[in-house]
Amino acid sequence: MTMYAVQIEGLTKIYGSGDNEVVALADATFDVVPGELVAILGPSGSGKTTLLTTIGLVTEPTRGRVVLDGELIADGGWPPGLDLKRVRREKLGFIFQSHNLIPFLTAVENVMIALENNGVGTKEARARSIEILKNLGLGHRLDHYPALLSGGESQRTAIARALANRPKVILADEPTAALDTENGKHVMALLKKLAVENNSAILVVTHDQRMVEGFDRIFTFSDGRIVDEKRN
Amino acid sequence: MNLALRDIRHNKSRFIQTCLGLGLLLGVVMSMGGIYRGLFTDATAVLKSTAADLWVVQQDTSGPFAATSRIPEDIKFRIRAVPGVAQASALSFQNIQSERNGKPFRFFLIGYELGGMGGPPAIVAGRPIGQKHYEIVVDRAMKIALGEQLRLAGDDYTVVGLTAKMVSSAGDPVAYVTLADAQKIQFKDDNNAIRNSREKLADQLSRLPFLSSHQANQLTPQIAGIVGSTHIANTVVARLAPGADLAQVQERISRWNHFRPLTGKDQERILTEGMIKKAKMQLGLFRAILLVISGVIISLIIYTMTLDKLRVIATLKLIGTRNRVIVGLILQQSLLMGLIAYAIGFTLIGLTHDKFPRRVDLVTIDLQLLFGIVILICIGASLVGIRKAMRVEPAEALGG
Repeated sequence: MTMYAVQIEGLTKIYGSGDNEVVALADATFDVVPGELVAILGPSGSGKTTLLTTIGLVTEPTRGRVVLDGELIADGGWPPGLDLKRVRREKLGFIFQSHNLIPFLTAVENVMIALENNGVGTKEARARSIEILKNLGLGHRLDHYPALLSGGESQRTAIARALANRPKVILADEPTAALDTENGKHVMALLKKLAVENNSAILVVTHDQRMVEGFDRIFTFSDGRIVDEKRN
Repeated sequence: MNLALRDIRHNKSRFIQTCLGLGLLLGVVMSMGGIYRGLFTDATAVLKSTAADLWVVQQDTSGPFAATSRIPEDIKFRIRAVPGVAQASALSFQNIQSERNGKPFRFFLIGYELGGMGGPPAIVAGRPIGQKHYEIVVDRAMKIALGEQLRLAGDDYTVVGLTAKMVSSAGDPVAYVTLADAQKIQFKDDNNAIRNSREKLADQLSRLPFLSSHQANQLTPQIAGIVGSTHIANTVVARLAPGADLAQVQERISRWNHFRPLTGKDQERILTEGMIKKAKMQLGLFRAILLVISGVIISLIIYTMTLDKLRVIATLKLIGTRNRVIVGLILQQSLLMGLIAYAIGFTLIGLTHDKFPRRVDLVTIDLQLLFGIVILICIGASLVGIRKAMRVEPAEALGG
C-alpha cells in the first residue's frame, strides 16, 4: 500500500458569498509521495498560494479533504480539536519568498528555534542546527545575523530551518523569486537533493519557468483549477 | 533559547536608550516621592529635635511656626512650677534674610537657653555654643566654615559648630544662638529708635503736672528700660516628668490668661495639615500624573516594539512556535525594561538626592510601592502588545 505524504481530494476554497463569492481554489485533487518534488505553476490569482496555505493549515478550506502523512487535517473545514501548531511543527516545513528569517537571531539560532519548538533541548538543537547549516555550505556563517547574509545564504538558512525537524512535507512559496538565476538553480538543486535524502515531499509554488526542469511533477493552475499535470 | 534576550542583544542601543529615558522618568517619580516625604520631615525637623511635650504660645495663635506668637520669657518659671513638668525653656524663632557674597542668604534662627531645650540636636563639626554671647551654630547647608563670622543686627557672631539637615518648615537651614542673643537680634530696636523713644518718653513725662522735672528725669530711664525689655520669647517648651498626665498639664495651663498650651501632636498637625498640606497635595498629584505618563510611555514603547515584530510573530506562529513563547518574548522584554529603568532611576536618585536644594527622603516603602507599580505597569503594557500579537495570523508571514 502506497504511503502518501500529501493526499488532496476535492479541495476547494471560496471567499465571500453570493455576488461577492470568489472561488480561489476549485476541486483540487492529487497525491504526493515522500521524496517527490512538485511544482505548482500558474499566473497570479490562479490559486497556487491558496493551495499552499490550505495544505499549510493557514487557510481553512471550504470543502474537500487533506491528509498529511496519514493524518486527516481537513475535511470540509479543520477537524474540531485539531492542534494546528502541532501539525505545522511536526509535519510541515515552510520556505518563503523573502525567507522570513527572524532578524534578531543568528543563522544557527534561526534553525534552532524550529527544533526547540519541537521540544529539542538547546544544546542538541544547536549541534543539529550547525550540522544542517554546514551540510548546506553555511558553516562559515553560523553566527551571522540575516542582515549580513546574502540572498542565497538567507534562503539556504531558511531551507535549513524548514528541514530541521525532518518534516514529511515542505511547502515553498516562490523560494527563488528573490534570487538571481544561478542562486535560484542552486536552491532548486538543493531542494531536489533534500527531497530524496530526507524522503520529504516538497511542493514549490513558482511562476519561474526557468526552474521547472528539476521537478518530478508539475501542476499548472488557472482560475483556481488544475489545468495541466506533467511528469518529468 | 530566550527570544526576548536575543531581540534585546540585537537591538542593544535602542533598548538601552529606551531604558535610560524611562529610568530618568522613574528617577523623577522617585524624587517627587522623596520631596513629598522630605516636606514632612523638613516641616517637623525642629519640632522633633526639640522633643517637647508642650508648646506654650500666645493665646489665640497657632505659633510659633504657623503664626506669630510673643510671650514673656519669664512665664517659663511659672510653667516649671506646674506639677508634672520636668523641664521648661523659652525659645525664639525668626526668619532672617540678608546678602552674602552678593547672593540672597536666608536662614531660620533659633534662640535657646544654654543647657535648656531646643538647642542643636547634634553637632557634626566644631562644638556647641559655650558662652552666652556672639557664638553661633549653623547648618552645613549654609556653607559657612567653622571660625567664620556672621554679622547679625550689628554684631559679629563666630561660627563654632555645624549641624546637618536641620531645616525650618520652609526648608531654610537652621542656625542657633543663645536666647539672649536671639532676643537682642529680634526685639532690640536700633540706637536711633531707642534715642527717639527715650526723648519722646522724657517729653511726655515732663508734661505731667504732678511730676517735677527732676522726678521726670529720674523716671525716664526706668520706664524706658521696662518698655524696651527684650525678655520676650516666641514659645516656652516643656517636657513632662515620666508618668505625668499630658492632658492634665495642658488643661491647667490653658486656664491661665494669655497663653495657649499646644501638645507636640497639635504642632505636628498644624505644620503638616496646615502649612504644607497644599504643597504635599500638589506634589502628590504631580507624582500621580508622572506615574500615569510613565505607564502610557511604557505601553506605547511595548506596543510599538510589538508592531515592529508582527511579521516575526507571524513567522513564529507559522513554524509552530507555541503562544507561551511569543507571550514570553513580549512580557519578558517589558519586565526587563521596567526593571532596568527602575534600577537606573534608583541609582540616579540615590547618587543625587543629597544634592537637591530641598530634602529628598527616599523611604523604603515608597520605593517598594513604586517598584510594584512599575511591575504592574509593565505587565499591563505588555498585555496590550500580547493582545496584538495573539491576533496576528500566520498567513501574514507569507507573500513578498
